[in-house]
Amino acid sequence: MRKALVKALMDRADDPNFVFLTGDLGYKALEPLRDKMGERFINAGVAEQNMVTVAAGLAACDNIPWCYSIAPFLYARAFEQIRNDVCQANRAVMLVGNGAGYAYGVMGPSHHALNDYGALLTLPNIRCLIPAFASDIPAMVAKMFTSYSSRATYLRLGVAEEPADYVPPAYYAPWRQLSYVVDAPTVIVVGSIVGSYLPDLLDICNLWVVSELPSLLPMDDIDAYGNVLIVEEHVEHGSFGAAAIGKLSSELCTVEHRFARGYPSGTYGSKEFHRKESLLDKDSIVQWIRTCAS
Amino acid sequence: MKTLKEAKKRLLQMHYEAGVGHIGGNLSCLEILFALAQVMTEQDKLIISKGHAAGAQYVTQWAMQPDSIDLSTFHRDGTNLAGHLPNTGSLGHGLGLAAGFALHKKLWKIPGTVYCLMSDGEWDEGSNWEALRFIYDAELSSHIKIIIDCNGYQGFKETPGICSLGMSLEAYGPFQCNGHDIDDIVKSLAHPECIILEADTIKGYGVSFLEDKLESHYDPLTYEQYQQALLEVENA
Repeated sequence: MRKALVKALMDRADDPNFVFLTGDLGYKALEPLRDKMGERFINAGVAEQNMVTVAAGLAACDNIPWCYSIAPFLYARAFEQIRNDVCQANRAVMLVGNGAGYAYGVMGPSHHALNDYGALLTLPNIRCLIPAFASDIPAMVAKMFTSYSSRATYLRLGVAEEPADYVPPAYYAPWRQLSYVVDAPTVIVVGSIVGSYLPDLLDICNLWVVSELPSLLPMDDIDAYGNVLIVEEHVEHGSFGAAAIGKLSSELCTVEHRFARGYPSGTYGSKEFHRKESLLDKDSIVQWIRTCAS
Repeated sequence: MKTLKEAKKRLLQMHYEAGVGHIGGNLSCLEILFALAQVMTEQDKLIISKGHAAGAQYVTQWAMQPDSIDLSTFHRDGTNLAGHLPNTGSLGHGLGLAAGFALHKKLWKIPGTVYCLMSDGEWDEGSNWEALRFIYDAELSSHIKIIIDCNGYQGFKETPGICSLGMSLEAYGPFQCNGHDIDDIVKSLAHPECIILEADTIKGYGVSFLEDKLESHYDPLTYEQYQQALLEVENA
């Protein structure tokens, strides 16, 4: 996805109002953008709080500033700056957090983003974009340079996980239904983890993916489907699922929520290891669907 | 007890087998960790603020007490040996934490020194300057020693381009030493006025193709590079 992001930003690099700041990250990724943007590409150093405040100043002067870092280094380290200088002041700073959920795996919990959109969505004037596929990136970047450029946006950048032979939807939308299966349970997934469930889930459930929060997903339509599973690589508090469950109140609907449970065993491992511990892995999701059917 | 050479080879093996980078910043601080192992007593505490030096920390523990740590679990599923040490993240956490430990020693009149190993690049973080001011304001300087691994590189650039560390720290009277000379490090730390020790180091030290290279911050070793690195360390 990072490659797709750089490609999309390269197309905007000549926009004189576009300023890109990185918190000393982007090795083997951002070099083409750096070379093309010249003095509007700034390595702000390992100093995320200052980087965000500088970006707020730039935004106040009608620039379009983007800040890039590993996700927790941005949303967690610079949270007060994001709250006061960006969101409360309603300044359109674009925040790119690389490494959705457990993406950094055994690099350790300091690099995991398990509470990013939950924390950020407590703030005013900010929206979170959570791409499901790399092909979502150009449309998201276009939004961030146009309609979204009037407000702050957090782009939660994951890894494209769909199989090479899977063709994502031709269109981007804040939520999409990826499969229709009559009388099957419904599975609603937030962001790129959905790619790890493909193609297996397509034939056995009604699969939805959510890519923008706060979500505009029409929960009333989903209400009638019966068994519903909500899946996201984020802790329960502040999650999409926690908000959605309250809207799925029909007696016809039974809802289960799978979320990131942190580090239940107290040990670390790959992204897949942590997902399995939280029952977010494909086998656990398939098992839930099979149980519904039996 | 293992030698420095054995520890370097084990570090390379560990990172090669795990397929992970951060080798340059681990090799730049291995002698510092060996020196600290010599000078530290049970009353002392070590905080490693440059969390990406996890490998160097694990391998130093292994060198001092081989049975105390299972390095084969490094970077494996279900491990306690993650790629980064706790309390690091975006960097700039360790010095404040060390100040907390030092304040505890002062308040409770507990003997010993808190050592804090830092990178030069992480001095970009303003939190370090807040911690440094706190250390002097709270009169903790007799309880703490700060060692900075000055290898000159950080994540996406050479350090001097972003943060002129030497100039900024000058007012605090830092000591300097050769960060790859264990005796020099030990001697410098023994000086009672040494609070901040700038250790002059080389990123990727001991492996010619890693030395002074930004790439050694991230890139894992290929098989050929691993064999070459082992050979160079063995023949050094």
